[in-house]
Amino acid sequence: MARIDLADIAHAYGPRPQSEADYALKRIDLTFKQGGAYALLGPSGCGKTTMLNLISGLLVPTEGSVLFDGVDVTEQTSEQRNIAQVFQFPVVYDTMTVYENLAFPLRNRRVEGAVLDSRVRQIADMLGLTRSLQQKARRLTADAKQKISLGRGLVRSDVSAMLFDEPLTVIDPQLKWQLRSQLKTLHRQVGNTMIYVTHDQTEALTFADTVIVMYDGRVVQVGTPEELFERPNHTFVGYFIGSPGMNVLPAMVEGRTATVAGHPIWLPRSYERPSGARIELGVRPEFVRIATEGKGLPVRVSRVDDVGRFKIARVRLADHALNVMVGEDVRLSGETAGIEFDHAHLHIYADGELVEGRA
Amino acid sequence: MTLELRNITKRVEAETHIANVSLTLARGSLNVLLGATLAGKTTLLRLMAGLDVPTEGKVLVNGQDVTGVPVQKRSVAMVYQQFINFPNFTVYENIASPLRVAGVASADLDRRVREAAGLMRLDRFLDRYPLELSGGQQQRTALARAIVKRADLLLLDEPLANLDYKLREELREELPKLFAEIGAITVYATAEPSDALLLGGNTATLSEGRVTQFGKTVDVYRRPNDKATADVFSDPPMNFIAARISGGVAHLPGGTILPARGPLAGLPDGEITLGFRANHLYLRAPGPDAVPVAATVAIVEITGSESFVHVMHEGSRWVALAHGIHELNPGAPVELYLDPNRIFVFGRDGRLMAAPAIAAAA
Repeated sequence: MARIDLADIAHAYGPRPQSEADYALKRIDLTFKQGGAYALLGPSGCGKTTMLNLISGLLVPTEGSVLFDGVDVTEQTSEQRNIAQVFQFPVVYDTMTVYENLAFPLRNRRVEGAVLDSRVRQIADMLGLTRSLQQKARRLTADAKQKISLGRGLVRSDVSAMLFDEPLTVIDPQLKWQLRSQLKTLHRQVGNTMIYVTHDQTEALTFADTVIVMYDGRVVQVGTPEELFERPNHTFVGYFIGSPGMNVLPAMVEGRTATVAGHPIWLPRSYERPSGARIELGVRPEFVRIATEGKGLPVRVSRVDDVGRFKIARVRLADHALNVMVGEDVRLSGETAGIEFDHAHLHIYADGELVEGRA
Repeated sequence: MTLELRNITKRVEAETHIANVSLTLARGSLNVLLGATLAGKTTLLRLMAGLDVPTEGKVLVNGQDVTGVPVQKRSVAMVYQQFINFPNFTVYENIASPLRVAGVASADLDRRVREAAGLMRLDRFLDRYPLELSGGQQQRTALARAIVKRADLLLLDEPLANLDYKLREELREELPKLFAEIGAITVYATAEPSDALLLGGNTATLSEGRVTQFGKTVDVYRRPNDKATADVFSDPPMNFIAARISGGVAHLPGGTILPARGPLAGLPDGEITLGFRANHLYLRAPGPDAVPVAATVAIVEITGSESFVHVMHEGSRWVALAHGIHELNPGAPVELYLDPNRIFVFGRDGRLMAAPAIAAAA
């Protein structure tokens, strides 16, 4: 187990990077605390896998250094760093049994006998592989093979960190629930530093204590799931976290009033005229309500999508499209409606960045 | 056109991959095939396309038997999970390729390529090569190539599975509109219940090679006609518990008694299984009919706005979805609430006996 520091690192894949655009990962200074559960979350191309590979030692950063418990390991291999890794697609030995596959990382570290056996069986039990321990891996489904990969990553508890690169992508939704909660249980039991890369917000938010949201080679926000949901510090975070993402509306802001399409909206905090070319009001669909008849800001209802446990009303306030979350029992009839905001959850953004405001 | 599968069975050696499936798909309809890995989704698509021949049963197009007619002689387009494009062709040429093969005249070809590209929002990328595009743009190129043929049958095998979550969300919103404009029979295979719900249309649930139910997507979700369908169409998985009806009330293990309200009213005495989705297992009493149930916390997953509380109750594992942040320690006792008005009742044979009233109204 280790605390991991990325000290002023940056990475470019090409030689002699000149401008910022040449860097896949722009300058980043970040600490992963010992025993923390972290997720690196962002769209493809945001730099999250690059960051993971710098931590594991598969890549050496163009600039800066990687420290494990304060020791510079920048030039060390993954093996020297004592990292366990699980990748998106299964890495298993087809000709070995499930048991031998799981035992392999332990044998490599000269763990044998009763210790090896109990550890293998414990992990197999956790992943529901006990009944197939003596089967050859070749005969198993993609799901089962990925479970073995996961097991191989988890079987050693003496590693400095466990890294996961989109480990559940090929897993069916039903099994995902099971594996995710088992991974979380294991984290609570062994307390390893775990870093989990994903583009799937549900996986990131449910797994991690701390989520690192990345976009275009940068870290845009580091926070608990609650912080990212309640207070996105960039409109990108608002959009990327939440399903559907945050509504962002062009606004004029002065004091405690935002004006959107000519309608004044009361704000929970006070703002000097924020500077920036683009001033916007951000509000999540969860914090917009359909008002009782004749009340609220007038909107046109374009469509209502029934997605099971709730409905998404797609509405327009003048020219601006908004999503409103409504309960599964609510019936929306008619082409127009009124909407109200949960004022405590309104945020103001200038050129995409959250503006603090005064209480 | 209409496509009819009549008592289709597909066996490979001793294994049955598709078991006695009958389905009729109407012109212009959007149909989701929902099922887990190995449920038979891809096999069924291949049988619809004519890429495989059924062991038993018939495939009919507009009432005409086309069983055994190869894919080349049918009007079919297919898109796979792994997007396939010609890397040395531009986006324009990729989309144009099926029309060139068919010998479509150049003026007509140009118009159709631009139309398909427009539908897939690829207008600005026509001169690019696939590898210069994002994953989403590459998959939209593959989709555009499929629709440019104007085939009567458009088959999509988990087309969004390899894309980013957010992109998937956006395409799921756009695709139904596109499919409606194309007017073909669209069949969309996926393992994700949320895909089906966002796409709408009709859903056929697949389990172990059988179609367990086919109907309007929301209706199947709200009124699954058996446990297998409820299982396939719930994410997180549906919670189940065995119960016994006697004296007009439901007895649960652990001594809990549910009053005969809603779906539980008027059931004959006997053994049943109760099912309820995660959002209908509550941390706070949702109404006067709610009944408390004692459980033990297994683990809590927090999404920032909601908490998935995994619990054990009398040997069953359940998931409750609650609004807000609920930090509960593993092993701690917790009191949950069941609302008899929100419960599905299944018989010993797994068939639905009664569903919540909202289902009937929907």
